Amino acid sequence: MSAHPQGVSVRLRGIRKSFRGVEVLRGIDLDIAPGEIFVMMGPSGSGKTVLLRHIIGLERPDAGEVLVDGKPLPEESGLGGVRMGMVFQSAALLNSLSVSENVGLYLEEHRVHPPHIIQRIVEEKLELVGLKGAGDKMPSELSGGMKKRVAIARALVSEPQLLLYDEPTSELDPLRSVTIGREILALNRRLGVTSVVVTHDRDLACGVANRVAFLSDGLVRFVGSPTELRANTDPLVRDFLTIDFDSNHSTSEIP
Amino acid sequence: MFRNIGEVALLGWQTLVALPYVWRQRRKVADQLFEIGNASLFMACLLSLFIGGVVALQSGPRLAERGIGGMLGGLIGLSVAEELAPVMMSILIAGRIGSAMAAEIGSMRVYQEIDALRTMNINPVHYLVLPRVVGITVGLPSLVIFSMIVGWGGGALVAVLNRDIGLTWAEYFNDLRLNVEAFDVAKGFIKSIAFAVVVGLVSCQQGLATIGGPRGIGRSVTKAVVNSIVLILILDYFLTRLLLVFQR
Repeated sequence: MSAHPQGVSVRLRGIRKSFRGVEVLRGIDLDIAPGEIFVMMGPSGSGKTVLLRHIIGLERPDAGEVLVDGKPLPEESGLGGVRMGMVFQSAALLNSLSVSENVGLYLEEHRVHPPHIIQRIVEEKLELVGLKGAGDKMPSELSGGMKKRVAIARALVSEPQLLLYDEPTSELDPLRSVTIGREILALNRRLGVTSVVVTHDRDLACGVANRVAFLSDGLVRFVGSPTELRANTDPLVRDFLTIDFDSNHSTSEIP
Repeated sequence: MFRNIGEVALLGWQTLVALPYVWRQRRKVADQLFEIGNASLFMACLLSLFIGGVVALQSGPRLAERGIGGMLGGLIGLSVAEELAPVMMSILIAGRIGSAMAAEIGSMRVYQEIDALRTMNINPVHYLVLPRVVGITVGLPSLVIFSMIVGWGGGALVAVLNRDIGLTWAEYFNDLRLNVEAFDVAKGFIKSIAFAVVVGLVSCQQGLATIGGPRGIGRSVTKAVVNSIVLILILDYFLTRLLLVFQR
């Protein structure tokens, strides 16, 4: 395992996916460059998480192809030799394992290091996400935000080349959200990891993204830099970015 | 149920292919064995004692009336070894361990823990199914041997203590020893291995196929237990036919 892995590219071509006759993705084309922080935003139900699951091979498209590092993901299982990590919206920690065991699971199962090194790496990663000393706790003893941070630590131990975040700041207070955002940036700078972030958090998106894609109804409506996003005149994009309790925007357009 | 048989067979093949990795999962296999022993030993003991007892109670007085009460030891010995111990223990394990397997894996599926394993490039068959199937395949036959011994003991207790039967310990166990051969015990043992694989694979397959929330988990648990019991009884008939061929 390299100490400084290079991020990998992601190319999505004509991705279509239906569930029980409902088309959730309707032909998505996206290119994500190696080492880029790419944020996907959009209203709930626009297909962001489903698209993220396609990138890591948890879903297979009905049509189109997903190329990671220029290669399609294997048909059967596995990630085709690319180290990927994913932070699930629900954290998806293994409830029967302690925090330490969850974080060290990848290293343990793949026999990457001897146990004492694994222990050290686990402690480092937990410290990184502000959970030093929480290794012996069980997931049921953690708050939603703490679970999310354990999930981030778990995703980091494999030194991923591609890191996917599904709503990384949901259930976190503003202070911790900013910390997580800074951590996404720091990882990107330190490891060169390609990061794909799905979020509704406008501050996080504009704060960390190199580029942002705006999805609606299973289609990409906009791709560009955060500055271009803010200047975009599409009413749906503008409403999504600017709506608050005091504004007079109609919410009827937002699905 | 029969719709799932193809998926169970596929899972069986994937588990077979994963067998070389079993040493890596030895701790989880040991956990499963502990679970089987810890959760089921007392129940197995109780169940076997009463199975032997009830067979003695039903058949002992009738045999004694006809003057062949001395054959009770062999009758109980054979029925417990060949049929009752493997079938009843497998049903007990399907209810206690199979249901727990389906619930645990089903809950992991519903709460995205299995997806998390996949994103770490950890094969769920290696990590979840293999140790459970191997654990139950080692644990259940051991429990069946234990059940045979306790069942024979239960039959002996009733045969000696019931006045309508009135056998001595020596008469009962002499007849049992004369009639029960090693192959008869082996038949029960072989059956229990097959039943263990069925319970393990059916329960894991149901867990992996769980969809929906808590209701989906409940549905998977019910299907795992019911399908396991039905398959055990169907397989029992065909295995008995097959093993009778070898006895001739």
